[in-house]
Amino acid sequence: MPPSDTPENTTAPGVGDGVADGPLIVFDQVVKRFGDLTVLDHLDFDVAAGERVTLIGPSGSGKTTILRLLMTLEKVTEGRINIGGEPFSHMPKGSGLAPASESYLRRRRKSIGMVFQQFNLFPNMTVRRNIMEAPVNVLGLSKDEASARAEELLDLVGLGDKIDAHPTQLSGGQQQRVAIARALAMRPEILLLDEVTSALDPELVAGVLDVLREVAETTDITMLCVTHEMGFARDVSHRVMMFDEGRIAEEGHPDQIFGDPQEERTKTFLKSVLENGH
Amino acid sequence: MEFLQAQLPRYLDGAWITLQLTFGGAVLAFVLAMVFGIMGTVRSWLLRAITTVYVEVFRGIAALVVMFWFVFAVPDMTGFELEPMFAAILALGLNVGAYGAEVVRAALNAVPRAQVEATVALNLSWFQRMRLVVVPQAWAQMLPTFGNLIIELMKATAVVYMVGILDLTAVAREVRSGTGETLAAFAIAFVIYYLIAQVLIFGMRLLERRANQKLGRTPPSGGGIMSLLRPPSVGTQVGVAK
Amino acid sequence: MNNDSTPMIWDFAFTFEVMPSLLQGLLVTIQLTLIGYSIALTLGLLIAVVRRVPYVGPVVHFVMEFIRTTPLIIQLVFVFFLLPASYALPVFGPVPITAFTVGVVVLGIHYAAYTAEVYRSGIEGVAKGQWEAARALSLPTTRTWGAVVLPQAIRKVIPALGNYLISMFKDTPLLFAIGVAELLTRAQRVGSESFRMMEAITLVGLLFLLVSIPSAIVIRRLEKRYAAV
Repeated sequence: MPPSDTPENTTAPGVGDGVADGPLIVFDQVVKRFGDLTVLDHLDFDVAAGERVTLIGPSGSGKTTILRLLMTLEKVTEGRINIGGEPFSHMPKGSGLAPASESYLRRRRKSIGMVFQQFNLFPNMTVRRNIMEAPVNVLGLSKDEASARAEELLDLVGLGDKIDAHPTQLSGGQQQRVAIARALAMRPEILLLDEVTSALDPELVAGVLDVLREVAETTDITMLCVTHEMGFARDVSHRVMMFDEGRIAEEGHPDQIFGDPQEERTKTFLKSVLENGH
Repeated sequence: MEFLQAQLPRYLDGAWITLQLTFGGAVLAFVLAMVFGIMGTVRSWLLRAITTVYVEVFRGIAALVVMFWFVFAVPDMTGFELEPMFAAILALGLNVGAYGAEVVRAALNAVPRAQVEATVALNLSWFQRMRLVVVPQAWAQMLPTFGNLIIELMKATAVVYMVGILDLTAVAREVRSGTGETLAAFAIAFVIYYLIAQVLIFGMRLLERRANQKLGRTPPSGGGIMSLLRPPSVGTQVGVAK
Repeated sequence: MNNDSTPMIWDFAFTFEVMPSLLQGLLVTIQLTLIGYSIALTLGLLIAVVRRVPYVGPVVHFVMEFIRTTPLIIQLVFVFFLLPASYALPVFGPVPITAFTVGVVVLGIHYAAYTAEVYRSGIEGVAKGQWEAARALSLPTTRTWGAVVLPQAIRKVIPALGNYLISMFKDTPLLFAIGVAELLTRAQRVGSESFRMMEAITLVGLLFLLVSIPSAIVIRRLEKRYAAV
């Protein structure tokens, strides 16, 4: 590391290196279209390492698509995504860039985890195996190590006693907490949270959010969070981005966005969310 | 009764051959169904085209014709004769495997997309995804149709008497020509076929129940092992031709 | 069968020579399929309705289950052996019972055991409200079935029934067992007479594909069309 810490000295560390300088995630003129529908429209933004960003906005504004692009569940139509200073949506080929291949993506997305709206636990496995499979098969942990990790994480999410249960025996809130533990077991540097409480009964939401608060306070995981839970967003995030029609309508500190929104669209949106009882 | 006592050992020998053919054919069909069924879901158009050719050819031609081809045409073409038992198992396996491949393909495609996305989020490879998540979940859906197919396979083994294999049907024909008792000679064979089918159905339902329990589903009626004895009819899955 | 161990070369002259006979066999195969299928469709429907009759229903169900779980080929051979070569009808006098007749009837009954289940699933799929509406209008039983239930039930199961047409076509070579002069029987005859089984059996396979692949495509189209409704 050079002694002077100027932006010019930005090297291109891998995601695994703990980025000290330069943004971790860079969206560069990203366009995503589904047929004729433009979901993301020449989008530019950065996320710093360790930053927690909440994405809000009406449905169809492109928030979830951003997470799905980062998880490589979708491919960009135009533009580029870089992570840790290296191309992510594309890979170096010759002197230029080519769309990323499956094996390139596998290598690059190792440090990214995602929690889904519908939990997506594997019904053919117990809770323990749900958490263990990826550490064993992807990270190469031994079964004992992975099992210990599963126990530790289940204690963290308050479900230590459910380790040998089947997902179908758990409530939605419990399933979602297992899903969080499953994502954390991969020790991700970036955690994507896609409306993780939207499918839950109201009385189960608090338990899940408490777990995420704990994760936010005790780790330096970079988090991108799509949610309608404005209280949670205000508590944990460093920055809130308001999306509308595939573009960022407004962004800023949560206190500013929630307390003193500038844009008319943000005001209307926040009002509608409050009225709907979220 | 005397007739039964005198002839039963021969029938049991025949039934044993029928069971061997059923088992051999089922193992081959299962392997083919899995391989071609999975190949039918991959992105490569070449692999999918190979699957389509296999499925359409062997669903389009009866096992009997394929067996005759192995026994009569292959020696002409290659100079080598195939063991009839081997030719029969090959023909039966190829035929039922083609139906099975379609079942496997449909079941794999029916695994929710969200499950696949979760495996991407955990960075599992294609092979790990198939082995750990997709195939185990599709398994429960394949089993009922596999149950129908194994009954069809068992019934299809009866054609082997035409290439000189002494299966249950062959025994029935021999006993008839030896004793002249058409009704009795065939009735015994019918009953044994029926019993074999019932055992197979029972076994498949046991597997089905286990598979569903693994997915955390319990049968709606609950019930013990006896509930497996009164299942809905076999061989009648709509959309799956025999 | 040719048993010297040099591989044979395909004989095109022989192919053209036996083609007419094989095509005639294919024609018999198609006749068998169509007649057998008509039996399966009508008998299956009858069975599906009778299955709802108390006492008689369970017996019929057991018989059908028995037919469905035992091989078609042994059923063919059994019936063929059991029946006399001719039957004396009143008025008409003796009527010959040919292999063709036995084959087509047994084939039809065997498949009726399957189509009955298809019809049954269709009948059970008709909404309960339809029965109640028919009762509320005091429709006689025949009208309830004929005008309300069956038209709805049958419409839903047309693709499934279509699949059995193809299955039946593919099962006709089994009638070789009782010597019906269908495609396989003829091929076996000409093949063994001239020691050219390779061509004969291969041609049977190709002719079957020639019919079954296009018909599978038609059925799939049909399936899509009815699934969309």
